Amino acid sequence: MVGGRARGTGVRVPLAFTGVQVPEELHYTAEHEWVAPSGQTVRVGITDYAQDALGDVVYVDLPAVGVEVAAGGVLGEVESTKSVSEIYAPVAGTVVAVNEALSTAPEQVNGDPYGSGWLCELAPAEPDALQSLLDAAAYRRLVDS
Amino acid sequence: MSVRAALPAVVGAPGGRASSAPLLGGDTEPTLFELSRPGRRAWQLPTTGVPALAIEDLVPAPYRRDAPPPLAEVSERDLVAHFTRLSHRQFSVDLGAYPLGSCTMKYNPKVCDAVAALPGLAAVHPAAPARLVQGWLALLVELEETLCAVTGMAAATLQPAAGAAGELTGLLMMRAWHQAQGRQRRTVVIPDSAHGTNPASVTLGGYETVTVPTDPSGGVDLAALRRVLDEDVAGIMLTNPNTLGLFERDIEAVAGAVHDVGGLLYYDGANLNAIMGVVRPGDMGFDIVHLNLHKTFATPHGGGGPGAGPLAVTAGLAPFLPGPRPVRTAGSPGNAPGSADSPGKAGDPGSVRYGWEQPERSIGRVHSWHGNALVLARALTYTLVHGADGLRQVAQLAVLNANWLRARLAGLFDVPFDRPCMHECVVSAAGLRREHGLRASDVAKALLDEGFHAPTVAFPLIVDDALMFEPTETESVQTLEALAQACERIVAEAGTPGGPERIGHAPVRTPVRRVDEARAARHLIPVADGVSETSSPPTG
Repeated sequence: MVGGRARGTGVRVPLAFTGVQVPEELHYTAEHEWVAPSGQTVRVGITDYAQDALGDVVYVDLPAVGVEVAAGGVLGEVESTKSVSEIYAPVAGTVVAVNEALSTAPEQVNGDPYGSGWLCELAPAEPDALQSLLDAAAYRRLVDS
Repeated sequence: MSVRAALPAVVGAPGGRASSAPLLGGDTEPTLFELSRPGRRAWQLPTTGVPALAIEDLVPAPYRRDAPPPLAEVSERDLVAHFTRLSHRQFSVDLGAYPLGSCTMKYNPKVCDAVAALPGLAAVHPAAPARLVQGWLALLVELEETLCAVTGMAAATLQPAAGAAGELTGLLMMRAWHQAQGRQRRTVVIPDSAHGTNPASVTLGGYETVTVPTDPSGGVDLAALRRVLDEDVAGIMLTNPNTLGLFERDIEAVAGAVHDVGGLLYYDGANLNAIMGVVRPGDMGFDIVHLNLHKTFATPHGGGGPGAGPLAVTAGLAPFLPGPRPVRTAGSPGNAPGSADSPGKAGDPGSVRYGWEQPERSIGRVHSWHGNALVLARALTYTLVHGADGLRQVAQLAVLNANWLRARLAGLFDVPFDRPCMHECVVSAAGLRREHGLRASDVAKALLDEGFHAPTVAFPLIVDDALMFEPTETESVQTLEALAQACERIVAEAGTPGGPERIGHAPVRTPVRRVDEARAARHLIPVADGVSETSSPPTG
């Protein structure tokens, strides 16, 4: 999730917007995606900050179930009225489910990014892959910096 | 049957519109298909001595349509009324300031249209033999030479139809050049500030995109570039000044690093208008350059085009250019240096002859005939009217205007990179978003109510809520001041009670008010065969 911004490039535009939701129990990536463990699989979506920065989401291109991706590989795209941004795999794994409802109601990514606006589920290749991701405090620092 | 009783059958179903009746406020203009009635015509073909042949005798059955295409059938009167009404509701460069950043919506001088309308240029058939179109060929050769002089390149093609077509042509030439060196490369490097057409052209050209980030000063991150450069890199695509409106100060180091791994430098000419006559891409180390004639050389633009995206290259790449190319086959023009060595009589234009030539290892045609030729005629006129000094002044004034505007807007919006800009300035509306919940697009729409075309919004992507203003050299300082004052009014309005709400509903003074862009993109309405059901003529 590029989120329409350069990462770590010292762009001096203030990036922080008060009031974005960063739930404590989730894991995060610097690309503004969230990861929620659920048994043997993880659910992936974009953060409240990302959906706010992108603006109205009009189309979500999701991977096929069964596709294997490397960490950082492209899972799909989120298209808003402003831009098209790639969705990166937060961990290596196999796609086991995608949120089919987004094909007719992409606005759920804006309305409920941590709930009905989820993107897909992965079976991680490495059991402890989530350890490399950001926790809520670290992600909050990232978007407040 | 009374006239009134026959009305429905003749005039059409209730709500159907087929007239040049006036359009009142709030009415939407009907489409040509809604205006269509069977048998109406806006054209008449001249009579000819050539006998008519049956289509069955000319085109084999598998290639014939089963039925004529469902085109709109309208009278000339209704057609003219339709487009005149639309033009009254439209914003154009002829109507007012159009600071749409990156697009270079400068005023198009009318003298260029006058030249392109000359019958000797406009009424020539593209298949005419070279001996009958020597003037046209001279025009094309002179334009190629002028563009090479401006870019510092050795040879050019005028075929590509627009900037992106020039990009694809350049990438295909890049591929052909690498193959001729006996190597296959897979990737092309592009900065994260690039025009969206760059990665699209890379993909279409059969390469993969590798992105390099922007450094804190707004240029290519040189260290990051060096990390991604390897023997797989076919080249890099850059625009300089870049899309932040900033000059790439490390361009020579970038060129050296890319050439060191055997890659080529592609110059996206979208921003050439900032440096024309001052510095040349060829001197910066670029190998391939496209030019957007509809930007820098003020030919018609966008829906009013067509565009033209000539491509200029170094001598090493010239054999790969699309062909055939217009060339001088005998003699030389009197004003060309070194003319004394040429076979023709120096100084005698009558001795110069032109023809067509296929480059030795040409990648082939990229446009039918000779490109968008009348656009090329306009561009040459533009260069001749300005002269070399005038072209340099165009660039200098474009940069001056952008910096003037940047200084005026600095207190209103965040300015992400605090250094002089080139031909356009990028500011951020993120402050308005934090304080009032407004986005860059709200400011842009409020500017429509102020009588200005909107600036570019949400681009470049690396600036939050970007507003990108490109005033161009053709706007006066009075117009720039009016634009700055309009921005001041909008920012002041945002801080008043109910202000954000009002701005959020702008525009209210335009023929079409705020459209729901998200809904339009989410809910497409397919129409069978390009005909909506309301256009069906009455039957029975």
